[in-house]
Amino acid sequence: MKASVVVFPGSNCDRDAAVALEAAMGRPPAMVWHGDAELPKSDLIVLPGGFSYGDYLRSGAMAAHSPVMREVIKRAQAGTPVLGICNGFQVLTEAGLLPGVLMRNATLKFICKDVHLRVERTDTAFTRHYAKREVVRFPIAHKDGSYFADEATLDRLEGEGQVAFRYCETDGRITAAANPNGSRRNIAGVYNETRTVLGLMPHPERLADAALGGTDGIKMFLSLVETLN
Amino acid sequence: MTVAARAAKGAHSITDETVAEHGLNADEYRRLLKELGREPSLTELGIFSVMWSEHCSYKSSRLHLKKLPTTAPWVIQGPGENAGVIAIGDGLAVVFKMESHNHPSYIEPYQGAATGVGGILRDVFTMGARPIACLNALSFGDPKHPKTRHLVSGVVAGVGGYGNSFGVPTVGGSVRFHTRYDGNNLVNAMAVGLAETDKIFYAAASGVGMPIVYLGSKTGRDGIHGASMASAEFGEDSESKRPTVQVGDPFSEKLLLEACLEIMAKDCVIAIQDMGAAGLTCSAVEMGAKGDLGVRLDLDKVPTRETAMTAYEMMLSESQERMLMVLKPEKEKEAEDIFRKWGLDFAIVGETTPDKRFVVRHAGSEMANLPIKELGDEAPVYDRPHSASPRLPVIDPASIEPPMPHADALEKLLSSPDLCSKRWVWEQYDHLILGNTVQRPGGDAAVVRVKEGPKGLAMTTDVTPRYCEADPFEGGKQAVAETWRNLSAVGAKPLAVTDNLNFGNPERPEIMGQLVGCIQGIATACKALEFPVVSGNVSLYNETNGRAILPTPSIGGVGLIDDFTNSASIAFKAADELIVLLGETKGWMGQSMYLREICGREEGAPPPVDLSAERRTGDFVRALINEKVVTAVHDLSDGGLLVAIAEMALASGIGAKLYGPPAFLTEHGFWFGEDQARYVVTIKPAQADDLAVRAKAAGVPIRRIGVTHGAALTLPGERELLLNALRERHEGWLPAYMAGGAS
Repeated sequence: MKASVVVFPGSNCDRDAAVALEAAMGRPPAMVWHGDAELPKSDLIVLPGGFSYGDYLRSGAMAAHSPVMREVIKRAQAGTPVLGICNGFQVLTEAGLLPGVLMRNATLKFICKDVHLRVERTDTAFTRHYAKREVVRFPIAHKDGSYFADEATLDRLEGEGQVAFRYCETDGRITAAANPNGSRRNIAGVYNETRTVLGLMPHPERLADAALGGTDGIKMFLSLVETLN
Repeated sequence: MTVAARAAKGAHSITDETVAEHGLNADEYRRLLKELGREPSLTELGIFSVMWSEHCSYKSSRLHLKKLPTTAPWVIQGPGENAGVIAIGDGLAVVFKMESHNHPSYIEPYQGAATGVGGILRDVFTMGARPIACLNALSFGDPKHPKTRHLVSGVVAGVGGYGNSFGVPTVGGSVRFHTRYDGNNLVNAMAVGLAETDKIFYAAASGVGMPIVYLGSKTGRDGIHGASMASAEFGEDSESKRPTVQVGDPFSEKLLLEACLEIMAKDCVIAIQDMGAAGLTCSAVEMGAKGDLGVRLDLDKVPTRETAMTAYEMMLSESQERMLMVLKPEKEKEAEDIFRKWGLDFAIVGETTPDKRFVVRHAGSEMANLPIKELGDEAPVYDRPHSASPRLPVIDPASIEPPMPHADALEKLLSSPDLCSKRWVWEQYDHLILGNTVQRPGGDAAVVRVKEGPKGLAMTTDVTPRYCEADPFEGGKQAVAETWRNLSAVGAKPLAVTDNLNFGNPERPEIMGQLVGCIQGIATACKALEFPVVSGNVSLYNETNGRAILPTPSIGGVGLIDDFTNSASIAFKAADELIVLLGETKGWMGQSMYLREICGREEGAPPPVDLSAERRTGDFVRALINEKVVTAVHDLSDGGLLVAIAEMALASGIGAKLYGPPAFLTEHGFWFGEDQARYVVTIKPAQADDLAVRAKAAGVPIRRIGVTHGAALTLPGERELLLNALRERHEGWLPAYMAGGAS
């Protein structure tokens, strides 16, 4: 399996993503510079967290129009799995590969803490190593993470099974108190229609090492390796 | 025409008002005239004023800073460079420094704090290190003061905004409140980086005729005279100084980091200096002065973002995210390509010269021609008069009548502004990015893994300003001792510190006395604990309308853990473990949080620090951690024993049943006294005899004080304190206050 991590100027979780990918794949991913119009042959493309181009405009808005994204969009449309984490999720929505937008947190503040997520389905390339409705712990670290889409879109996402993760209590209950940022219907991550593109605000790559306090995140990368190998 | 020729023709004249506006006193101006042999141009006056400002020249403190111990076998670079450097083995070095951005953060809290973080990060990566962590020490005014909420909100957002976007975890720090910081809050930012010992870069230029290269963002009119502002007291008009505050761009800084590290790896760099306070002036002068060389700058080549900037403005601008380098001439093209790739400005703006002159040309004229050594390392030094602080009486604990039950006092202390949970603050900092954070904020010290491990670094910032005010010498000692203790409490061997000395107006003997006393205390403790000072910063004139801040010498410490998986944390680990107090308790009440928060008295002598007991107890605790004898460890500091136990319980959700004090102590002295050199540990019951034997051999007094149990704290003769309720109080104060409620 070959993976590529796209590096925008201002990406700052690219190394973290590469470390988790290497741990799961047994070899390092290719790091692709934002100015490159060509992507190496990839079974998986990862858009990492960070502040692409500084994100002084809407988060992800500039990155969505970078040269490398034209190629990412083509590959995604052709079925190559794409994973967008945090800023990567914002870029995917700005690029139109995923529905909805990420708005400023309801608290209007940056939030860095562990949250609990319910895995909504386990029959995708990203989640097969999780148990059905498993509750996992990932950290979040964002200021613009409040998922928004209109009611009709939200209904369709739920109807089509495109909701990937929801913020929840430790026992899996979906409550307002468990929602850290005001996301509609506690949505933390969504798939595209074919469930080959996943975007999520929490960082699976940050709890992928027992020595650092948790391994819930590594299962996502192991799922991808098993599916794509 | 040269400046000398124009001066001879009387092309300009400098009035007394102009000199005063530049913050130079009459003596200093006379010295300037003597050095120059003529009247300076306005640009030259500007250059002198910033280089001889307190902020850049350390003219009031330099004499006393010499007392600090700065060497140890592991020290690679002590004070005087952009940051200190220590070796940690395996060919790796830790580069770190703490610096203040107090005045800007009061005037414009978000940008002031953000650029404080940006500046200290630049200091670290200028030396060739990749930043791996940030910490900070923040002091705000009385919560009831009308501006405090706004300042906390802006400063915290600014610290987070810069570090989060730049991509470095902010892993630790401290936040305090006191009315003496009304109108003069303190923002001290610390950065820690990792480099290879044989790839450290320095500021001293070498070689004549070498190209001087300007890198990074363009120069604008922001921050002009920031260094002079930071060297004056505040009055009612301080807010009109907003234009002197710089604006930060963490995105540019991240690009600058990557580009700098890339050209350093390609071996292009002879010398490098970041443009911080006093911008282009200070960086160019320091490079030349340290290398015993002259510097010629051609300002027509400097990238600017505003039109018609004068030489004066360009030389004094403090626009952020800029660097000056001396490059190897044959590597110029390679370096330029790297900078262009990162989309940053790159311009050759001058060269090194053999004549030790600092020459600035602009638009065909010579705007400055000054002796570089006098500007740089030969700036004025003052031995200012200083008077010792009056000795305060020792308070007998038996003379204090507890005004409320101890359980109530604990609740009140844990929900007081200084002792409440600072979660509201550190959740706004990305403390996990880079994927190496082993111990997150909230413990004694943060622990960050070094590369893939097994080594780990512990880091913390500490000072107890009320102790320093009451007794500068003991307070200075205590700040170092507490830093050392916090590192020891996670199992690290403390290696070195950076000091950030924040004081009032040094021209007042009693303030100068505080500075001198604290430095003596710091020096004494650093010597006794083999804990050298490798970098630092002095911030004076922290006064508004004649009232000074509490003397606040923030100490940032770094320690090494051989295997990060062995680091200890404060959380209780299991029920039915023994809770043991290490160190001697006398029930010291003077300047304690109990006396202040519960009895409403800020009085008395602060606890003395016995440095040999400190060392004995710390070394003992560290050995217990490394041999996995103890399961949880917490140092004792503000609030004393009961606050420490409550924090250990709250961190775990496991409660404790506590025994009463020995007969010779008062109850409040036992529970809330702030005697130094103490720790609380937990052990499995089977280890009790072993611990007793070892403690006796080590000469460390121990006392069993309880067992972990249930989900509440119980003290003899007191109501039970349920942890859930206690947690609500402890976690609740700051969010409620910031939402506009409690104060």
